[in-house]
Formats: sequence, structure tokens, C-alpha cells
Amino acid sequence: MMKFLPHLPEQLVRLLVVFGVLVAGMFFVRSMLPPELKDTSIHIQSTLDREAARPVHYAGSEACADCHEEYTIKKGGYHKNLSCETCHGAAKEHTENPAEVKPNVPRLREFCVRCHTFDPSRPTGFPQINPVVHNPLKPCASCHNPHDPKPPTVPQECQACHAEIARMKAVSRHVLLDCTTCHNAPNGHKISPRVVKASIPTDRDFCGKCHGSGAQMKEAPKIDLTSHGEKYLCWQCHYPHQPGLD
Amino acid sequence: MNRRKFSGKFFTLLFTTTFVGKLLHRRASADTKGYDPSKHYYGMGIQIDKCIGCGRCVEACKEENGVPKEPFFFRTWVERYIIKRNGEVNVRSIDGRISGRDREIEETEILRSFFVPKLCNQCDNPPCVQVCPVGATFKTEDGVILVDEDRCIGCRYCIQACPYGARYLHPEKQTADKCTFCYHRITKGLLPACVEVCPTQARIFGDSKSPASPLTRFKRMNKIHVLKPSLNTDPKVLYSELDGEVR
Repeated sequence: MMKFLPHLPEQLVRLLVVFGVLVAGMFFVRSMLPPELKDTSIHIQSTLDREAARPVHYAGSEACADCHEEYTIKKGGYHKNLSCETCHGAAKEHTENPAEVKPNVPRLREFCVRCHTFDPSRPTGFPQINPVVHNPLKPCASCHNPHDPKPPTVPQECQACHAEIARMKAVSRHVLLDCTTCHNAPNGHKISPRVVKASIPTDRDFCGKCHGSGAQMKEAPKIDLTSHGEKYLCWQCHYPHQPGLD
Repeated sequence: MNRRKFSGKFFTLLFTTTFVGKLLHRRASADTKGYDPSKHYYGMGIQIDKCIGCGRCVEACKEENGVPKEPFFFRTWVERYIIKRNGEVNVRSIDGRISGRDREIEETEILRSFFVPKLCNQCDNPPCVQVCPVGATFKTEDGVILVDEDRCIGCRYCIQACPYGARYLHPEKQTADKCTFCYHRITKGLLPACVEVCPTQARIFGDSKSPASPLTRFKRMNKIHVLKPSLNTDPKVLYSELDGEVR
């Protein structure tokens, strides 16, 4: 060592030796440590293995279709996109042991009502009922086939489906007007409501028949159609089912 | 053998064993079983306008992942937003329809209202991973944030750090727990349990590396937003039709 470092003072050489021993010692201790203490990839791999080995409870809809071809009826109805396990519950055990483990069949009203109770936060157009007044205590499946749900009969009255609007209109100033005064509902609307739509008034003159300045109806509040509300349709500002509130 | 020879041999032996050992170890850990995580990168799409707030996703998640049944522990949950005419915003979890206190709406003068399903956003830049003092939580190659329950010391730093409130302390294991995108299901080619049971397809799951996955289609067909984009967490849970009031 003295050959390579001839000009260094001896105390510095000793210091370097001590330093070298420390560095080497560090490498030595590192090599002695079990790999779990210094390699994170081992932890990651063991976690991945543990997570991947967790038991599956929901078998997936493809597993159901392997045996249950009889429910192809579901493919055409409103419930066509529902997974079987949405209603029948986790069925992995049933796929492994079909004879002994049977999936749950929900027959209580509470089950269907969880999706189909009227809730103001639900998206418009989603079929909803008021479970208190809609055939109380009767199981849903006695009228509606859950694999192909639809109303058992063609509704005669608008409020069978539009109950919220009917109740609102019943306490409004428009109570005496029939739905058909303003809406033209073709017969097809009662059978396939989303394909055939009921009409809504599309011009200002329609409301002007009662509310225009020269109209016959004495009790109705009058406005001048030419100066009031510019280009907007009346219902864009005034909600016709509950006029006067907004 | 003199001292110089001894130390020379000693150090060569030390260095060679260390490096050879390291090489051998590398090779050993490269083994995988059928599933190649580098070929996948998962994400979820949520269509707010389709959610009916039935809570089936919450129920299925608890069943699939052994989340405690009490309505305080959720890996995924659904929030009801009520925006009133005076601009006041009320947000409440419907508790997966477990507690029953979701049924009554006290608010009147509602301007608009909707449900928002929430879960771990599986951020690309996850704050929870940064704060973990023991490195127990990490991002996998396929983009999922997992917790190593053997390493977690239950210090709750990650629970505090998550801007989405997606983590909770598991009452039995006393470790942090969170949504794993049902890692045990997706590695077998199944859908996460919440996506599987959603009756209105409000949740869409897919692989963003695949050109034909439902997620890719979702991203093409919708205007997408994420929660709290200002935090630069870069979430992999994408929302469409998201209201500006949602936090």
C-alpha cells in the first residue's frame, strides 16, 4: 500500500484503512441480512400473491349462462343488462356444487323496492313506484315477471306512471286541466313509453290561448306575448304542473 | 499467510459472494404464474346519470372482500347530493342502504339531486403511498394501489392523506384497508364485484392498455372528469356527467 501512496502521511493512511474496513463491513452486514429486510420486491410479490389468492364469491354472469339457457327470456326485457347475481346473490359456491348449494331467490317486496321506490335523486325515466300505495303487501312477482318485467296491463290513466306529476297538479291552479289538454299521448305511448313519446307544447301561442292579453279565460293571469319573455317558451321559466311557485 | 494476503482474499471473497448472491436472487424473483401484469393497466368509469343509488355495489363489495358489515366501513360507497334552490349543498352517504337512515329526505326546495358512487381512485400519483412510513402500500405494475397487511403498522397516515376518504382502518386486522379493484378477480379475468352487480351499468371496468375494452369505449363516448383534479393525483376512476358541486 505504501508503494501507491508514498507521499501520504501515515495517520491519513490509517484513517483510510479504517474507512475501508467500515465500508467493507457495511457490505458484509448487508450480505448477511435476510433478503426480506432489504428487497421491497419480495414484499410486493407476497402481497400480490396474497391478494390474488383471496376467495372469489361472485362467479360472474358468464358462469351462469353455461347451464341456465332457459332464462334467455331475460335477454329481451328491461332487465336484460342485469347480472344474475345482482338479484340472486353471490353464487360461486353454487357453480362448484350446483346440486347442494342453491342461490337465493328474493321473493319479498323489500328487495325489488330497493331499486324501484320513488326517490327524487334517481335519474328521470327510471321506473319507480310508491310502495305504500302500489298494491300494498302483494309480492311484486305476482304481477311482474322479474326476468321480463313490464306492467301487467296497459295503464288507462296517466297517473299510473306519472303519479308525482299528477299529485303535484292536483294541488296546483291547473287542477281542472286534463293531461290531454296540453299533451297529446298516442296509444303507443302506453305500451312502449320510451319509443313513442307524448307531445309537449312547442310554441308560445299554446299558453297564449288562456294567458295572452286578449284571451277568453277571465281567471287566468294575462301577459302580453309580444313583450313578455322574449324568445323563450313559457314552460322554460314557468313549471306548468305547479304554476305560480317559481 | 500474511496479513496482506489474508485481507486481499477476504475482500475478493466478500464481494464475489455478495454479487453472485444478488444475481441469483434477481433470477428467483422473476417467476410469474400465467398472469402478466405488465400487459394490463386498469381503470374504472362511472356514469353518474345511470346510478339509481340502490347500494347493491356496496353490498357486493362487502360480501366479496370481507369488509365488516357495520355501516362505517366501506371500500366503495354511494353519496347522495342534494343541491337546494338557495345554493346549499347537502352530501350524505346512503350507507349502502344498510342503516335505513337514507330513506327520509328532510330537505325541501330541492333544485337537483343525484347519486355519486365513490371508491378508491387508484391514483397514478398516490398521496397514500408517499406518506406510508414503512412502505406497506404501493402501486402495482397493472396500476392498482395495494396494502401489504403484514407490513402495515396501522398508523393511519394514509387514511389522513387520502383526499378522497377511500381508506379505513380494518377493525379486526388493525391495518389500513381499501379498494383493490377486486385484485383477486381481475387477475382471473372477472369483473370487480361492484361492476358485476350494478343493475344499470353505471360502473364500467376495463383495461386502458386494451384498444377494445369497455373502458376505452367509455373514454371515447363520454366527456370525462375526475375528482379533485387540482391535487394532481391523476385518478384512474373516471366520471362522466359529473356535477361541479361534487367534491
